[in-house]
Amino acid sequence: MSDSSSNLPILYAKNFHVRFATPDGEVHAVNDVSFNIHEGECLGIVGESGSGKSQLFLAGVGLLASNGRTEGSFLYRGENLAAMSQKQLNQIRGAKITMIFQDPLTSLTPHLRIGDQITEALRHHQHMTGENATKRAVESLELVRIPEAKRRLRQYPHELSGGMRQRVMIAMATACGPDLLIADEPTTALDVTVQAQILEIMRDLKTELNTSIVLISHDMGVIAAMADRVQVMRHGEFVESGTAEEVFYNPKHSYTQMLLEAMPRIDMPDRPGHTPLAPLSEEEQRTTLLEVEDVKVHFPIHLGGWFPKYKPLRAVDGVSFSLNQGETLGIVGESGCGKSTLARAVLALLPKTDGAVLWCGKNLNDADKGNLRMLRKELQIVFQDPLASLDPRMTIGQSISEPLRALEPDLARAEVTERVHAMMEHVGLDPTWINRYPHEFSGGQNQRVGIARAMIVRPKLVICDEAVSALDVSIQAQIIDLLLSLQKTFGMSMIFISHDLSVVRQVSHRVMVLYLGRMVELADRNAIYTDPRHPYTRALISAVPVPDPKKERAKERVPLPDDLPSPLDSRATLTFLKSKRIDDPDAVQYVPQMIEVSPGHFVAEHDPV
Amino acid sequence: MITPILPGERAEIMQSAEAVKGRSLWVDARRRLFRNKAAVVSMIVLGIITLMAIFAPLLSPYAFDEIDYDLVQRAPSWWPGDDVLGYAGGAHWFGMDSVGRDLFIRTLYGARVSLAVGLVATCVSLMIGVLYGATAGFLGGRIDNLMMRFVDILYSLPFIFFVIILMVIFEQNFILLFVAIGAVEWLTMARIVRGQTLSVKQKEFVEAARAGGVGTWGIITRHIIPNVVGPVIIYVTLTIPAVILAESFLSFLGLGIREPMTSWGVLISEGANALETAPWLLIFPAVFMAITLFCFNFIGDGLRDALDPKDR
Repeated sequence: MSDSSSNLPILYAKNFHVRFATPDGEVHAVNDVSFNIHEGECLGIVGESGSGKSQLFLAGVGLLASNGRTEGSFLYRGENLAAMSQKQLNQIRGAKITMIFQDPLTSLTPHLRIGDQITEALRHHQHMTGENATKRAVESLELVRIPEAKRRLRQYPHELSGGMRQRVMIAMATACGPDLLIADEPTTALDVTVQAQILEIMRDLKTELNTSIVLISHDMGVIAAMADRVQVMRHGEFVESGTAEEVFYNPKHSYTQMLLEAMPRIDMPDRPGHTPLAPLSEEEQRTTLLEVEDVKVHFPIHLGGWFPKYKPLRAVDGVSFSLNQGETLGIVGESGCGKSTLARAVLALLPKTDGAVLWCGKNLNDADKGNLRMLRKELQIVFQDPLASLDPRMTIGQSISEPLRALEPDLARAEVTERVHAMMEHVGLDPTWINRYPHEFSGGQNQRVGIARAMIVRPKLVICDEAVSALDVSIQAQIIDLLLSLQKTFGMSMIFISHDLSVVRQVSHRVMVLYLGRMVELADRNAIYTDPRHPYTRALISAVPVPDPKKERAKERVPLPDDLPSPLDSRATLTFLKSKRIDDPDAVQYVPQMIEVSPGHFVAEHDPV
Repeated sequence: MITPILPGERAEIMQSAEAVKGRSLWVDARRRLFRNKAAVVSMIVLGIITLMAIFAPLLSPYAFDEIDYDLVQRAPSWWPGDDVLGYAGGAHWFGMDSVGRDLFIRTLYGARVSLAVGLVATCVSLMIGVLYGATAGFLGGRIDNLMMRFVDILYSLPFIFFVIILMVIFEQNFILLFVAIGAVEWLTMARIVRGQTLSVKQKEFVEAARAGGVGTWGIITRHIIPNVVGPVIIYVTLTIPAVILAESFLSFLGLGIREPMTSWGVLISEGANALETAPWLLIFPAVFMAITLFCFNFIGDGLRDALDPKDR
């Protein structure tokens, strides 16, 4: 590249608009947006859902839905993409401008081998075939650090884990040597440890290949880790732009300030402006509500054959803990670690294979059906997906009052309505909305409905199963504040399940880390973050992105030994205790013991780091 | 956040502020349905045909079994008086059939039978199918397996063979026809309802209801059935024409309605025999039946688009 071309931006958009014609009128998704990207630069686009950040780039490269139209210019090296024909666009898309999407499974064609999918792009754009193409495919897979790249070419997408698939997507995107990589929420569907790996790979690509990157994300932490410059987007407009340092350390626009303020931070658990976690009183510390003793939940997995063989999938494999009145226990772990299964086993929504749950000293295993239903009054749950957990054919009033009508059938109608009204006010919903339906509300409002439904029977324990994970940052902050203030008012205990360690730190008194159905560490909210002992906990904590560019770039990551192994393989549970492992997938393995390293801080046995 | 309201104020607010009326999914679906022109026109046409069938005796001076031997296979005539061939008598809009009965009134009586068979047999299949399918789907496991294998066995029996045996054993009669067709049509209904139940059962809101202490019966009636109704309604509108066709097929074979009562199937069968000499005997009933079937199919399509707009 000559010097003159490097001064010219790779991508330059001026007064760009995107509009959609819908039956309910025109939607102005992107409104008068201008920006540029230079060679070797990473531009972060941050905004909440519906801000138009994805549509901006989809429209820019000509992937707009049929009811949309654009206005303004979108220049790639001086050529206006918005004015090009599909044929011309195809020359550039996939070769010079490539995209990575959020879901790596749906972006790969399921019936084609990995190798065929990568070489297809090479054949199309670079007219590379046979040996050359294969060699290039292997190179690009090695660039994204996929082990045994040659063998992977013969594999199908379903044989790879989510993180591996996203790496393949990146390999495909970089195989033709693009100038610009558009990454649309590339790590949102992945676990934190995998996210950290993917971000690292993308950062290396930027320096090694001098590729420009557009990183679209809702996560300020991810943006801080990657972006040189940041554009903050809201309602289709850029509200703030500047270098990462300017935007993160000196935000000008109130919306940016709000976003940074709302984001829970793992390095700052008790920030001013948020509802603080109430400390436990002496009396509360003495009253134990819930004791979980060595609970196991195994699912039989059908292995097929004429005479069906089953192998147990140990979703939860011997977890014990206790919970005091008014206390919040955070349960963290990556997908598939059994945290939701554990919650359902505690609530007796799923049968336990072994172990006992003691509620106020009574064993729930002995409770009959009638007693169990009465117990539901004291144990409630809030679900992850606010819309899916509400019956679409019921008004929110009916949904909220349902547990009340089921558990206290003697209540008069007027009293039920009265209590629903009162609870709606408690959770910040206007009581006049009682006859509305879930599809008329936003995700945050629906989650308030879900919380109201759980709280209406005044339970003593509420389990929040990823209750804030599906929400935008600003809404998430509101819901967390709501949960904490409800806890202060009603004094209930909580089990807060999440994959997001920053949120868990903000709301929990104690934190438990799960790995493949087993507890690996349990400690006080501060001890577990300042003094993590188990290598898995350390890896998890170091992988959480912090919205602070300097800290984020200086951070030393603790890598995990390998990808999450199959939970059907009995060796998997001893990933961190290889010295005691028997090398046979079906063998009965050693069970690591929990060691109390300091009062209240338990760590599972592991090999020295 | 809303500022907290004191308990005393609340009663006032409850009285003063009328609760906002929600827009339910049904209201949405109805709006979408009425925007669909084909469906609306079909509903109007079907309504006219139904009214004509109900008020048939008022629309014609003749009775459906009144025979006029002088006017056998007379061509349609729209005005009273002598026609071109010199026959005297009143107007016979659709002409006369092979034994000298007015075809107009007979077509309307045929509509009565065909529509009634369509509705009643569909209701029979609806009741058996929904109950059977919902039970199998909700109970699941081995019971589900057994119940659905039974359906598979019935599926494998040839339908006509089955109906002929029934007709031979119990003589030909009106009620039996309903039962026989309904008893065959419920199989598909049961499969559809079972599939829907299985998918609704796994939804998070059902789990939420269980966590809220709602019993099995409450879950079925309050959550499963209302959420299964949509696809069922669609299937019903598509079953009615299938049943009407099945009835006319049986009648065509001579296994359906008995003389002098008639149905579209019987009329078409007779018309087909007299095609060369009196083509109107085939044309009028066939056109009526075709229009009706089209209407039901358009309404079914419209309902499908209205009830799950995401599938388009």
